[in-house]
Amino acid sequence: MLKIWSMKQQQQQAENAEGAAGKKKKKVTAAQLRVQRDLQELTLGETMKMSFPNPDDILNFTLTIEPDEGMYKGGVFNFSFTVNQNFPHDPPKVKCTQKIYHPNIDLEGNVCLNILREDWKPVLNLNAVIVGMQFLFLEPNASDPLNKEAADDLRLNRDAFKRNVRTSMAGGSVRNVSFERVLR
Amino acid sequence: MATSVAVPLNEKGRWNHLYKVLSKPGPFSDEDWVPGEETINALESSKILGAGGLGCEILKNLALSGFKDIHVIDMGIADTIDISNLNRQFLFRQADIGKPKAEVAAAFVEKRVKGVKITPYVGKIQDKDEDYYMQFKIVICGLDSIEARRWINSTLIGMVDLENPESLKPLVDGGTEGRPPHSNYLNIQKLIVYTGFKGQARVILPTLSSCIECQLDMHAPRPAVPLCTIATIPRQPQHCIEWAHQIAWQEKRKDDTFDSDDMEHISWVYNTALERAQQFHIHGVTFQMTQGVVKNIIPAIASTNAVIAASTTSEVLKIATSCNPYLENYMMYAGEEGVYTYTFEAEKKADCPVCGNLARNMDVDPNMTLGDFIDSLGEKAEAQLKKPSMRTEEKTLYQRFPPQLEEHTRPNLVLKLSELLENGQEIAVSDPAYTIDFRFRLHFR
Repeated sequence: MLKIWSMKQQQQQAENAEGAAGKKKKKVTAAQLRVQRDLQELTLGETMKMSFPNPDDILNFTLTIEPDEGMYKGGVFNFSFTVNQNFPHDPPKVKCTQKIYHPNIDLEGNVCLNILREDWKPVLNLNAVIVGMQFLFLEPNASDPLNKEAADDLRLNRDAFKRNVRTSMAGGSVRNVSFERVLR
Repeated sequence: MATSVAVPLNEKGRWNHLYKVLSKPGPFSDEDWVPGEETINALESSKILGAGGLGCEILKNLALSGFKDIHVIDMGIADTIDISNLNRQFLFRQADIGKPKAEVAAAFVEKRVKGVKITPYVGKIQDKDEDYYMQFKIVICGLDSIEARRWINSTLIGMVDLENPESLKPLVDGGTEGRPPHSNYLNIQKLIVYTGFKGQARVILPTLSSCIECQLDMHAPRPAVPLCTIATIPRQPQHCIEWAHQIAWQEKRKDDTFDSDDMEHISWVYNTALERAQQFHIHGVTFQMTQGVVKNIIPAIASTNAVIAASTTSEVLKIATSCNPYLENYMMYAGEEGVYTYTFEAEKKADCPVCGNLARNMDVDPNMTLGDFIDSLGEKAEAQLKKPSMRTEEKTLYQRFPPQLEEHTRPNLVLKLSELLENGQEIAVSDPAYTIDFRFRLHFR
């Protein structure tokens, strides 16, 4: 067997650390630690709030966005965030919990944001995701649609799209699909 | 083909070459190394754990390297031998189809190599606790997911106990991957032609050398197709499968949790994908492709597996016997065009959340409030944390931001440590002033 143990002792002497003792208890996981750090480094601003159904579980939370400009101004949008133990290797799972009219969010609440899927990298953090989410409401993107009808409306007739957004946010129907009222 | 096994004529002669290496020092062997009987005994008595579906190569190599006590833990619960395995998984014969892999492989090797004992365990690596892993000398793994690698890595690092030399278990990790060197957006369309021509072998000495978590950034995440492509403009059969798997499943079968090992679930996805493919006039959706896409299977290449298995098992042999220097600490292999390998020493990451900050012991007064404890962290020379947030595995003790969480955890500040924690419990502390996080094990005094 290698002399790794004497290597370990040398390293330990060099660091002059004291010996570990005590029974093993559950350790804070790498994912938890990373989320703790990410949360601390968030910049939420006036338009965003977070809530934690179980404050001891920081891997599951809700983000509320209230855009203060753009076509979605006046709405209150809720997203559930689910972070798994493989974070930050895996991106957080984000879903809109309301049925809304948006080119990049489908009626099931799936969100098409590059950094949530194909462009996710472990160096990105929750703040990047949250900024990206906010951007979706300021600049809905018609070229990468998840709700094709909404994207067509946005591309072909911006004014009609704006009216549809207002109607849907007030709880009305657009193209026979009824939407949830999300106004403040 | 018959299941008969040829037994070599001279069973003793089989080990001659191995004993040559172990009985005299070579140019690279350590100067303190004692070759001969003692080393050979150490080798034969080493209890080795193979974690993950190691396959035939590693098992065969371990047995032929002279290890006598090999344990295998394989998470493939439904892992039975399929006819498509026979071309490369050479321990299986046609008559074995349908039988569990771990057991057939163990029986074959035991029969072929006299004196070796293989103990298969069919289950998840996560089912076993530290006491189980403590019994082994070295862990070799050929795990198929990063999640499982991170788990075994942090478990072995967490086991290191300075009072017990036996608690430091070298981890030898091997893996193959199927991503091209420049995996970009365009390549995603060619997903299916990616095969496992690349691989790596690495040696991890828990807490001493760079660990799997330190090297996490080197694992490229699986190539994902943008959701919008899947939803609106599928071009490839894989896109239709992803659609059925990601979108249609949620819509139609919201209440069922998708299980990639459930045949009915796979069939449903396959049929749904087929329908969608027909709508878009896309050809090529097959059941096998469906399984491949949802389980993210990369076609295995026998030669890559053999190279990686040979590399990892010879590391185990070198570590167990000290006959030669071991790999420090990462060998990458690329076999797409010719053969290329490169070996380098991956560095330990100072801020590695697993090995970079082993818990330090700290004595605390159990009657101290959490608020006072936090203040004291700001004064202590070894910490000097001014704005810390902290938690245990199950409890958020105090989190400064976002405000909603701060409000929730503020009442904890006036509670005594003994009301929040158990004696000896570990807390993890983050502070914006530091790029690394800290772990402390709090002992009540």
